Amino acid sequence: MRFLLDDEQREFARSLDAMLTAADTPAAARAWAAGDHAPGRALWGRLADADVFALAVPEEYEGMGLLPVDMVVAFVELGRHAVPGPVVETVAAGALLSRLAELGEAAPAKRLLTALASGEAITTLGLPEGGPFALDADAAALRLTVTGGELRLASGHARVERSLDPVRRLARLRPGELLASGAPVAAASRYAADWASLATAAQALGVGLALLDRTVAYVKQRTQFGTPIGGFQAVKHRLADVLIGLEFARPLLFGAALTLDTADVAAAKAATGEAAYGAARAALQLHGAIGYTAEYDLSLWLTKARALRGAWRGPGECRRLVLSGDREAD
Amino acid sequence: MDLDFTAGEEEFRQRARDWLAGHVPAEPLPSLETREGFAAHRAWEGELAADRWSVVSWPEEYGGQGVDIVKWLMFEEEYFAAGGPGRVSQNGINLLAPTLFDFGTDEQRARVLPPMASGEVIWVQAWSEPESGSDLASLRSTARRTSGGWLISGQKTWSSRAAFADRAFGLFRSEPYESGGTGNAKPHRGLTYLMFPLDADGVTVRPIGRLDGKPAFAELFLDDVFVPDEDVIGEPGQGWRIAMSTTGNERGLTLRSPGRFVASADRLVRQWRAHGDPADTALRDRVADAAIGARAYQLFTWANASRFAAGETIGAESSLNKVFWSEYDIALHETALDLLGAEGELADGGEWAEGYVFSLAGPIYAGTNEIQRDIIAERLLGLPKGRR
Repeated sequence: MRFLLDDEQREFARSLDAMLTAADTPAAARAWAAGDHAPGRALWGRLADADVFALAVPEEYEGMGLLPVDMVVAFVELGRHAVPGPVVETVAAGALLSRLAELGEAAPAKRLLTALASGEAITTLGLPEGGPFALDADAAALRLTVTGGELRLASGHARVERSLDPVRRLARLRPGELLASGAPVAAASRYAADWASLATAAQALGVGLALLDRTVAYVKQRTQFGTPIGGFQAVKHRLADVLIGLEFARPLLFGAALTLDTADVAAAKAATGEAAYGAARAALQLHGAIGYTAEYDLSLWLTKARALRGAWRGPGECRRLVLSGDREAD
Repeated sequence: MDLDFTAGEEEFRQRARDWLAGHVPAEPLPSLETREGFAAHRAWEGELAADRWSVVSWPEEYGGQGVDIVKWLMFEEEYFAAGGPGRVSQNGINLLAPTLFDFGTDEQRARVLPPMASGEVIWVQAWSEPESGSDLASLRSTARRTSGGWLISGQKTWSSRAAFADRAFGLFRSEPYESGGTGNAKPHRGLTYLMFPLDADGVTVRPIGRLDGKPAFAELFLDDVFVPDEDVIGEPGQGWRIAMSTTGNERGLTLRSPGRFVASADRLVRQWRAHGDPADTALRDRVADAAIGARAYQLFTWANASRFAAGETIGAESSLNKVFWSEYDIALHETALDLLGAEGELADGGEWAEGYVFSLAGPIYAGTNEIQRDIIAERLLGLPKGRR
């Protein structure tokens, strides 16, 4: 039992952090929200070079194999840097096609998976286990949808709707060409939903960590009554609670990556969602009115924390799943 | 990164499980906060000790099995899953023993630890004083030098189970503290850590009923009680530093192993499945949060155990632990009482009721949660000191 990241995984996180810091992700996120996908696509290419989209793709399709722990490591960094685009959906689509191939339906994987793993095809995905909308359908080269036990390519999408997080662009997909159907599709869909939920949980943890970091920095330099507000006990205690929430959500996240059990993923999703949202509420309160403005970069994480809490299984659904599992003392 | 145990670890778990299956009393023991229950729990400590299960992580020479922290955590999981009784020796085992391992003499360890392991001598802590709670540095009870030892005087309070226990350990001021004066101006200097019997001349023990009226909680009045030099732990005047190592243990891993919460949460989930109203999603969500919290605490602890095994140490992070488990414990019990409905009001309504009363003290003792949040903010987040 060694429930700690290994050196390679830590180095992976560090290198992604350095790359994303240098890439000015807030600017790319703002452009993405305005419908200009060019900076986001450039960022996508660099993430692909770091093999982020290959983490749920078997080696025979030029992926890295199924590496959920490494995927979680990557998505915490994507959340910390507010990376725009259907990153969760692309990785979950990789898991879907991989699983389908394992279950004997290899044709869709053969046709699509290599482009997805290489980052060439930005992919979005709609599943019965997700909400009614697909993320960033207007930017995606590949749009997959499962309805009524059938996996289809989307023929297009309805009007793009605004999310509470302006960077997330939502649209209903229109089902098109049939790729596969039957029991393997249902099983692969559930499996992909677990990956999507896990990746969203990781992203949420990253969002919460970024909100805490930025708020701690802010309260150390912002003075009121002649002293940094970070010295006030009311402020300190609120931030201590944020840290407690995030630090106890983290092991659930990595534990779920190790088991990929639906109940464990749901526990991680509920805990990271609540912790990140708590971080957002504290961040807004402690920044005061400056935090309430769209022009200040903090808004990128504030709105995302709320959106991620509900995306790929909301809090109530997660808690239902925790109790429907049969985890007992083993 | 993995959660897999070695064959040796699994073998240890099975051995613990088998032993517990054959020995844990079928009927719960009476409350260890009562005289009758205290005696029954003392006897249970002896039964555990007879087969070296009372202190599995201690070296064999003192009655343990010398197992590492992973196996200790496994034992705790099995113990609580099997419904093992509360541990009446916990203050000695979790607070005094680690201090003796780090700061005691070989003679002290040989003399104190085996009877602690067997339950023959049960220890209480004598730290808190009236008007001195989490601020231990403000202690006023004194230790005065005398021939061959010290004379201790003053008043200690909030000593769990002191009404029935045998011996105490605590901090005493051996050098005067002059606030704002020119002499000893640092309140945490000049404290001495020592051990004394509760039946010694000059000791008066007065029980204080706790919230539920159970009589084991007590205050201690000390009037020139003689303590020989051999019962001083570490150097006189260094008590603060020595005690700090103990409070770290208290807040950290050893006081609240996840096994207890995992077992309780599993029991709650079983009760929810058997009796819960599926339409009551508000209560369902709280039951789910209890399950999630236990798993979070278990995995957080496994991560810390992995850090220990990798040679790292845990410092202020133990404050994260303390706030988490103490608030979790209350939420868990509140949820269980709510699930019981009207029967949840019964004071003798089973393990949840007594556990609820016990849980309420969690945010108060072992350093209040307010103090823990200050530590988290200042040492882990780097926020400025002051402005309480």
